Amino acid sequence: MTPVILWTDALLFLLVAAIVVLVLYARNQEHLRRPWRKILRDRKGMAALIILTAFTAIGLLDSVHFRSDGGGEVVSLFDIWVTPLKTRTEKTYSAPFATHLYTKEYMTLPDGSRQWRYPRLVYGGAHLSNPAEKWRDITMTAFTGIIKGLGLGAFFMLPLYLFRQKKPSCSDVPWGTFSTTVIFLSVFGFTLAELSLKYHVLGTDKVGEDVLYQTLKSIRTGLVIGTLTTLVMLPFALMLGVLAGYFRGWIDDLIQYTYTTLNSIPGVLLIAASILMIQVYMAAHEDQFANLAVRADMRLFFLCLILGITSWTGLCRLLRAETLKLRELEYIQAARALGVSHPLILIRHIVPNLFHIVLISVVLDFSGLVLAEAVLSYVNIGVDPTTQSWGNMINSARLELARDPIVWWTLLAAFLFMFTFVLSANLFADTVRDAFDPRRAET
Amino acid sequence: MTEPLLRLDKLTTRFHQAGREFTAVDSVSFEIQRGETFALVGESGSGKSMTALSVMRLLPPDAKIASGQALLEGEDLFQLTEWQMNRVRGKRIGMIFQDPMTSLNPVKSIATHILEALKIHLGLTGEDAHARCIELLHQVGIPQPERRLWDYPHQLSGGQRQRVMIAIALAGEPDLLIADEPTTALDVTIQAQILKLLKTLQKQRQMTLWLISHDLGMVADLADQAAVMQKGKIVEIFSKRDGSLFSQPKHPYTRQLLAALPKLDSCLQRQSVPTPPLLQVSDFRVWYPIRKGLLKRVADYVRAVDGVSFTLQQGKTLALVGESGCGKTTLGKAILKLIPATSGQVYFDGQELSSLPIKRRCRAMQIVFQDPFSSMNPRMLVGDIIAEGLKSLRPEMDRQARIERTEQLLEQVELTPAARLRYPHEFSGGQRQRICIARALAVEPQLIICDEPTSALDVSVQKQIIELLKRLQETTGVSYLFISHDLAVVAEIADQIAVMDKGKIVELEETRQVLFHPQHPFTQKLLASLPGKQLYRSSQFSG
Repeated sequence: MTPVILWTDALLFLLVAAIVVLVLYARNQEHLRRPWRKILRDRKGMAALIILTAFTAIGLLDSVHFRSDGGGEVVSLFDIWVTPLKTRTEKTYSAPFATHLYTKEYMTLPDGSRQWRYPRLVYGGAHLSNPAEKWRDITMTAFTGIIKGLGLGAFFMLPLYLFRQKKPSCSDVPWGTFSTTVIFLSVFGFTLAELSLKYHVLGTDKVGEDVLYQTLKSIRTGLVIGTLTTLVMLPFALMLGVLAGYFRGWIDDLIQYTYTTLNSIPGVLLIAASILMIQVYMAAHEDQFANLAVRADMRLFFLCLILGITSWTGLCRLLRAETLKLRELEYIQAARALGVSHPLILIRHIVPNLFHIVLISVVLDFSGLVLAEAVLSYVNIGVDPTTQSWGNMINSARLELARDPIVWWTLLAAFLFMFTFVLSANLFADTVRDAFDPRRAET
Repeated sequence: MTEPLLRLDKLTTRFHQAGREFTAVDSVSFEIQRGETFALVGESGSGKSMTALSVMRLLPPDAKIASGQALLEGEDLFQLTEWQMNRVRGKRIGMIFQDPMTSLNPVKSIATHILEALKIHLGLTGEDAHARCIELLHQVGIPQPERRLWDYPHQLSGGQRQRVMIAIALAGEPDLLIADEPTTALDVTIQAQILKLLKTLQKQRQMTLWLISHDLGMVADLADQAAVMQKGKIVEIFSKRDGSLFSQPKHPYTRQLLAALPKLDSCLQRQSVPTPPLLQVSDFRVWYPIRKGLLKRVADYVRAVDGVSFTLQQGKTLALVGESGCGKTTLGKAILKLIPATSGQVYFDGQELSSLPIKRRCRAMQIVFQDPFSSMNPRMLVGDIIAEGLKSLRPEMDRQARIERTEQLLEQVELTPAARLRYPHEFSGGQRQRICIARALAVEPQLIICDEPTSALDVSVQKQIIELLKRLQETTGVSYLFISHDLAVVAEIADQIAVMDKGKIVELEETRQVLFHPQHPFTQKLLASLPGKQLYRSSQFSG
């Protein structure tokens, strides 16, 4: 096993490192520490943060890649962890918790006659001798999962509880909400794990792959698209928007013309062009992209890049307008009268007061980007078809919903995970914005 | 005694905010007689507007009328259904709001506003309504009403907008007109016109006027009865029948309010010893080009400041007085180079200002702004705000020294050193203004330009800030260029007054000369417009 570092992995971990450094820096700054304390004190924010952390943890686990010794296939730490999910593939579609395939097959019965029947699944409920007892078995398994989850959750939360009993006033973080969410997550996770060892909890797709595995793998794609695109977009939007609004004159004209031009080219066209370009490049330099995973990753990385370049204009315009308003405010003039230099005024007075706009639009964009990925996959210029993503799942659901009988679980799975992910990101951003607005902070 | 038009009986209004209860109006009772002018006076937050809104039942959603009665000709307004109440609003009680800029819908012509009111309250439409509309505009003194009818609010001046607001309020021919700070957003001369208009209209129509104001002087001129409010309670009611209003205050709060009023004759005791000049400005101009046509050729200029010259002496205060738009703020900011000047020389301490390095200039001159809410970055701690100038202009100071200096400055402006670690929004308007003064003082300037530093504040706070500025001048020897629209405030602090009109200085003299022997007609007009002059004399209380 040799570790492989893909481009998106490196950037994702760089981002994590940057966040850690920022946290360490903020610990020493009173005016930064205070709002973050406020976020941790907020029940809603706390719950959302824990769920986000769980999602991020899965995404990060999925970003540590190895090349397996035998076939040279690139797998992630997450793949190794959920090997059973990954390897237990059926023949084709099967519904959630099903014991039989979703399509009939012409098969030989024990008595020798040949009929169209639903065959048993290879893995889903294979341990049952009588498929009719399925639901009892599911309940029992779920119960075991709940007990184990509760046990583990309590094991971690009990010391905390005892500590709080001894020193009730040591901090005002809502530990109740904290431990409830953690225990809930642990129960949910264990139940899911126990069940998925015996069944396909969210069914299987056309080639018989477990949908739960797919949707869990999609978390990383969503995370990468959401964060890396933002990372690409933010410097453009923030820097150009602030410069245009603050200095006005020819700088403003230049930046405005740039984004008006960029905006009037259909984004899909640019994305299609650059994706084709990277494909051609990869075809020409096959020796550099020998591996399937490396190719898929390069395409994902390029998609983030081009999505970032096409989507900064909206935020830039918003920030320019806000800066135009801010620069006339008296505290900016006071700073100028105090001889504070322009870069310092921008950093100290303008950017912090744009923070809430940045935060709100970044989170809104985040969900928008995950959706954009789905749309792009539809016209085949999204992520690589071999990359698991909610977009690809929704794209395939398009055909599945037209089938008779319909296959609904792929869409449901993508929807459920995307919904939870985006909702907790939205709730968390809400809390962050409230906490960073000092006028609202006290009420 | 006849039945009063409006009688309030123990009106109590409470706010419920974030689980806390707050009594805005606390068992207020008074009577307004038919045809008289009743005034409710108080500082901001005293609950005077809330009283009027309670009577109109137009309270914000988190406020509730807890108890009490409001009897309009014996009929309890609080018992009416919302439908009936809608017939009372506008038809029997009209209302004018403070800000004529936001009270009119900017996408509707003024005729649409008035016609709407006529249709709702009198059922007038078509030709009749049109004719009535013109008549109303004529009554409120809009010149050529036929031609202005279809103008949009932005085409009118502030004073004209307020006149239109009055016309709308009069359209329903109400018995009672509530005027909530009708002139606060206007210049003194315009204020005088509007007040005169209200008085004339009241006489013509036998209308009852309920005036809400913070301005004791204006109330003293206008009202027959005046109630002073403090923290939701009426502390004292004055009546014309007992002699001129506010002549014998009994309640300590009323006394305190009256004592806090700036006194015009306070300048008489001031000794003027000539000192060397600090700031010499000569032939100073700030012109804005008006560009027209395809090629943006400069067609003409807006002459915001047009050839101004003056000299400010060391340790003295020169006041720049004028109406809004006369260029006084532009002049102040242009001297600081916050706005580029077109031409003119400025000598500071004998040196040409433009030859001074930027850091030197910034250390020599500082500014205090009008609005204490927008003049501090809401995302910075007070300590960082004050230390900002130290950081940029005195980089040799280390962190510890800066903190010490900040604490010392906070004490100098009479705040606790612990304020350093709080955010600006945690302070009241007056305290914020103190922080702004501390920020300006931090770099030890020789000149502070005070741009209307007290006009957003209540009288009692205004007095404290003026006292603070005077004391700081005594201890540090700093000079002030004091920009204000208020002659009475200026009388308290200025050694010299420069009266500005349309970008030019029309009169520049010693304070007492300007206030008591004004030469220029514009100065005379300004002084004549000052309402309630008897209140601005110290003799009334000191002797």
